[in-house]
Amino acid sequence: MSTETTEKEPASKVELAPGVGGGGEIPTFDITLKVRRYNPESSDDAYWDEWKLTMYGTDRVLDALHKVKWEHDGSVSFRRSCAHGVCGSDAMRINGRNRLACKTLLKDLDTSKPILVEPIKGLPVEKDLIVDMEPFFQSYREIMPFLVSKGHEPTKERLQSSEERERYDDTTKCILCAACTSSCPVFWTDGQYFGPAAIVNAHRFIFDSRDDAGDMRLEILNDKEGVWRCRTTFNCSEACPRGIQVTKAISEVKQAILTRKI
Amino acid sequence: MPKTLSPSKLIPAGTLYRGREGQWSWVAHRITGVVIFFFLLVHVLDTSLVRVSPEAYDAVIGAYKNPIMGLGELGLVAAIVFHAFNGIRVILVDFWKQGPKYHRQMLWGVLGLWALVMIAFSIRHLSHVFGG
Ligand code: HEM
Ligand code: SF4
Ligand code: FES
Repeated sequence: MSTETTEKEPASKVELAPGVGGGGEIPTFDITLKVRRYNPESSDDAYWDEWKLTMYGTDRVLDALHKVKWEHDGSVSFRRSCAHGVCGSDAMRINGRNRLACKTLLKDLDTSKPILVEPIKGLPVEKDLIVDMEPFFQSYREIMPFLVSKGHEPTKERLQSSEERERYDDTTKCILCAACTSSCPVFWTDGQYFGPAAIVNAHRFIFDSRDDAGDMRLEILNDKEGVWRCRTTFNCSEACPRGIQVTKAISEVKQAILTRKI
Repeated sequence: MPKTLSPSKLIPAGTLYRGREGQWSWVAHRITGVVIFFFLLVHVLDTSLVRVSPEAYDAVIGAYKNPIMGLGELGLVAAIVFHAFNGIRVILVDFWKQGPKYHRQMLWGVLGLWALVMIAFSIRHLSHVFGG
């Protein structure tokens, strides 16, 4: 390589040593992936299936599941859509904790041990990692997750100060992945409990200055299966892939119910 | 709500959920709460014996004065002290604005206070139980 300075600006081309590719070689490593399988058509019992895979340092748990499904066993079933932490389809229990498979890098896990992947808890398993989300969405619908306003529709936008917007900013981030609700020990044993996700989404409207149905939502959550079921284990806050302060939001709703102040 | 599917068949058991401080402090709070409840139940029964037969009451209370019961009392006090301090922590998590943010630090506080109280109490109590 020439190091002499010339009048002209050098071409914006990086010269690499021979044998080095674009961004450098991506390291690979071997992992053991263990998936909790369940197929009601063949057996009532769940079992562990396991594969040894060679993965890249940039791969996520979702990539490992893809590799299994595409190259080893096409019958492995799981949900995913966006693959980038947006749609909320692929919450699952990874090494005993609820995570999105598409946001969990393999290199951040202990790859010297098998990586355990199980369906989220507390919802009926349909097949392998797929659970029936209906009870989860039923609770979500019950808290009226939409803007309710009294009076006439305004002719211009509904104004809101940045402080008013800030009040519920955290709970707007929810992608309805169910990682929080299915990490809750109360929900595991009492499927009637509304669960953290429904409360988070109620919070999003209760504290929205433009909404007029806050009192109704507080009444719904004052139910015996509502916010008072929460035992503050913080599993939900630790599971949320969007970093929502779930337990804090639930506490705020509890206090709003007691004081009827929003 | 259609949430009534029998869980045992439909939800195959897997590994234990790896919750952190909050989950385990809750487990401990529930266990200590139930332990205290059963103690109080027995305690109400043995105390009410005094109205039935003071002699029987004396005999039962006398039976508590052995080292095994002494250690049991130590365990009971340990449970009550944890439950009480952690109960205050849970109340703060719900009603103090900064509570959820500092729940973990508050748990270390609870365990620290618990250790202090238990060391002080153990010295006094065990010297009574084994000292004579
Ligand atoms: C020493 C004073 C006490 C304090 C400050 C206290 C505080 C609390 C609090 C705040 C809770 C709610 C926990 C939660 O929401 O997660 C609770 C739960 C409980 N307490 Fe106590 N408590 C005390 C004494 C007792 C006694 C004497 C008993 C037994 C008769 C008891 C049995 C229970 C039980 C069984 C629970 C339910 C635990 C659960 O649902 O997880 N507590 N306690
Ligand atoms: S609050 Fe977080 S964990 Fe719960 S459903 Fe929404 S995004 Fe998922
Ligand atoms: S696949 Fe969309 S969030 Fe993971």
